[in-house]
Amino acid sequence: MTKIKDQMLIDRLADAAREGKVSRRSFMNYSMAAGLTASAATGLWTTQAKAAPSRGGTFRLGAHDGNTGDTHDPGTYVTFSMIQLIHTFRSYLTLIESDGSLGPDVATEWSASPDAKVWTFKLNDRATFHSGAKVTANDVVASLNHHRGESSTSAAKALLSDVVDIVDNGDHSITVTLGSGNADLPWLMTDYHFAICPANDDGSLNWQSGDGCGPYRLVETEFGVQYSLVRHDDWHLEGAYFDEVVITVLNDPNARQTALVTGDVDAITQLELKTLSLLQRDPNIEIDNVPSAAAITMPMMCDTAPFDNVDVRNAMKLAMNRQEIIEKITFNTATMGNDFHHSPAMPYWPDDIPQREYDPDEAKALLAKAGAEGLSVEIKVADSVFSGAVDMCILYAEQAKAAGINITVNRVPSDGYYSDVWLKDPWCVVQWGARPTPDVMYSLAYKDDAAWNESRWQNERFNELLLQAKSELDNDKRAEMYREMGMLARDDGGTLIPFFPNFVYARRKNVQHGPELAASWQMDGARAASRWWFEG
Amino acid sequence: MGDILGLVGKRLGIGLFILLVISVIIFFMVELLPGDIAQAVLGQGATEENLAALRKEMGLDKPAIIRYLEWLGGAVTLDFGNSIVTGERVTTLIGQRFMNTLFLAAYAAVIAVPLAIVLGVLVALLRYTVFDRVANVATLTSISSPEFFLGYILILYFSVNWGMFPAIASLSQDMTLPELLHRTFLPALTLVLVVTAHMMRMTRAAIINLLASPYIEMARLKGTPPWKVIVKHALPNAWAPIINVVALNLAYLITGVVLVEVVFVYPGIGQALVDSVSKRDFPVVQACCLIFAATFILLNLAADVGAILTNPRLRHPK
Repeated sequence: MTKIKDQMLIDRLADAAREGKVSRRSFMNYSMAAGLTASAATGLWTTQAKAAPSRGGTFRLGAHDGNTGDTHDPGTYVTFSMIQLIHTFRSYLTLIESDGSLGPDVATEWSASPDAKVWTFKLNDRATFHSGAKVTANDVVASLNHHRGESSTSAAKALLSDVVDIVDNGDHSITVTLGSGNADLPWLMTDYHFAICPANDDGSLNWQSGDGCGPYRLVETEFGVQYSLVRHDDWHLEGAYFDEVVITVLNDPNARQTALVTGDVDAITQLELKTLSLLQRDPNIEIDNVPSAAAITMPMMCDTAPFDNVDVRNAMKLAMNRQEIIEKITFNTATMGNDFHHSPAMPYWPDDIPQREYDPDEAKALLAKAGAEGLSVEIKVADSVFSGAVDMCILYAEQAKAAGINITVNRVPSDGYYSDVWLKDPWCVVQWGARPTPDVMYSLAYKDDAAWNESRWQNERFNELLLQAKSELDNDKRAEMYREMGMLARDDGGTLIPFFPNFVYARRKNVQHGPELAASWQMDGARAASRWWFEG
Repeated sequence: MGDILGLVGKRLGIGLFILLVISVIIFFMVELLPGDIAQAVLGQGATEENLAALRKEMGLDKPAIIRYLEWLGGAVTLDFGNSIVTGERVTTLIGQRFMNTLFLAAYAAVIAVPLAIVLGVLVALLRYTVFDRVANVATLTSISSPEFFLGYILILYFSVNWGMFPAIASLSQDMTLPELLHRTFLPALTLVLVVTAHMMRMTRAAIINLLASPYIEMARLKGTPPWKVIVKHALPNAWAPIINVVALNLAYLITGVVLVEVVFVYPGIGQALVDSVSKRDFPVVQACCLIFAATFILLNLAADVGAILTNPRLRHPK
């Protein structure tokens, strides 16, 4: 590359950084590719990329997936529009920052005993509810206990099943005692169910009032339709640049995109990928395409023929051309999977595990070794798993023919798919939401005795490492364990992972955000309302 | 007049019985749906434990027939109970939604009914001319297209290309009437396009039918101008079938708008019904369906009464 071309590239990168079009990570990569040293690139990043946010305006967000039956009960939060709303008006003990790290929210700092069994969270003195009352340790204890105990109806009950006790220490801090060590407990506290609400006098939770201690206060609430909020001036964190926020439920993808195009809303969630290239042409619209920790999995049951043979499982993994699937099914809005359920958007991601490529010849050889040439298998899939799920299976079936594998795609009804097919049939397609850490993901769906061990995979070493890593507080040691677990899952496990779908959402050009976007939920970890701003 | 009151009373009695039958059917259809309300509420996060706790809290541990009878006991005293999912009164939950639906229906009806009848008279007057053909083709095209398609076309031109009207019809409480009419114009127009053809064609057919009658011939022989023949002589005798069609279309404006609501994100009762079915929230489903059923029953009754009043012969059936 010539010198002039390099300079042009660097200028363009700096522009892109200023407008928030590239993340810090990709900025550094590109700058270094263009011949800058690492320190020069860092310097350029800090001078160019810091556009100061300005305050003011009403942020109108169009969110998908809302239902008239939504409620304020944190135990039964389920729809996506509610997840957007809660992060706008309620707070958590901890939060996931835009750069993917764990940051303070209502808890200012936390520490664990060496075995990671006893965790203490110090609370922020400045945190107040919208009603004016201070957030006390008692409120936090009640908020967590809402998801525990016999009579709890919470969907997050399983996450806290290991908690033995939660106590108010009397000095504006709480202590959580666990049955066995868990180094990820502070990450777990970012789960959207664990919103902090005021406590009643009897220790139960007062979630009904719609009070919260988040950046905005609810003014009008019509579930499944619209929510309007104003800034909570006493919020304990930085941000909340908009004066007001209106979240409108727009379930229909066409209505959502039209509303954005006509300027009826300022930002929308969940774009229809098929029309992405058309929307990109609109000069007033910016599209955010963020790699996420959500995943598409195709679990093969390791205790059922023919998948009880590891060579057959690996042949199935080799017979998929992931590049083609990402291009044709997701329109290049996905990160390639590598058959272990740990996305690059999660902490501890091992970047040195070789990518599994499409290799029909190798697949054929493995099948011959297993004595299963000309294998015929059936996969079940429903349209609702994700947009393009059936098409993906048909494309994969074509690709697998080159390895002499005959896949029958059986399209089954969407209604009841997760109760009748998933965990019951030997091979199907599943969509998983983003989980904050590899431990949460592996414990949920790969641990030998997990209720959702969808591939029925039993690997002694993997389970041993899982337990060790869970209570390991040394990050380097932990990362090494997750690397080994990744290798085990990739080469022995029963789960084929085609890709990790990106979060694809859009905003009007006058809406600005920082250089990075959190990968925990759409809209910057569902915190667009408190992190984004209007161009001054 | 007494016989009409008797008829109305009798029909209302039958109507109540029909509502009862419908409520039984709806209850058991909701029961037949796979999965129950607790599973629908908890979604993928459901475990044996929290399902059991939630079922108990919602009172689902009682047998279905008992739950139905409890609901019915309330319903006869006009107490439609609370939503199982949110615990709110059903009346507060869907009251505002129903008013929104009524408003949109009224808005569309105020445009569509006069438009259809005037057009109907005009095409009858100018039958077999170019005007007649164009009006017929245009209205038949609009009735033959699905509502969501019409809605998208209107959005494309009126809001995306020309920017005249907003693409979504979300409401807020502090809106003035002109703002409201402006914001809801496109969904209303979609409904107008859908219902106009039926009413216009019926008006035209009813009038043309009468044009062969001897008394019309007489009027024409007297030298009455053609428009007067139609408006003064033919139309009064054509009201009965027209009123019937108008009533059916008004019922459609209330019960058939769910697609229009989705396309324009209008917070009406159709969306509330779809949401509550997906959550298996029986009291809300029941209330919505009964509103729809009652709408049909009352509008049909109104159509019959209207037809009788405009045609004295019907009052004395042989």
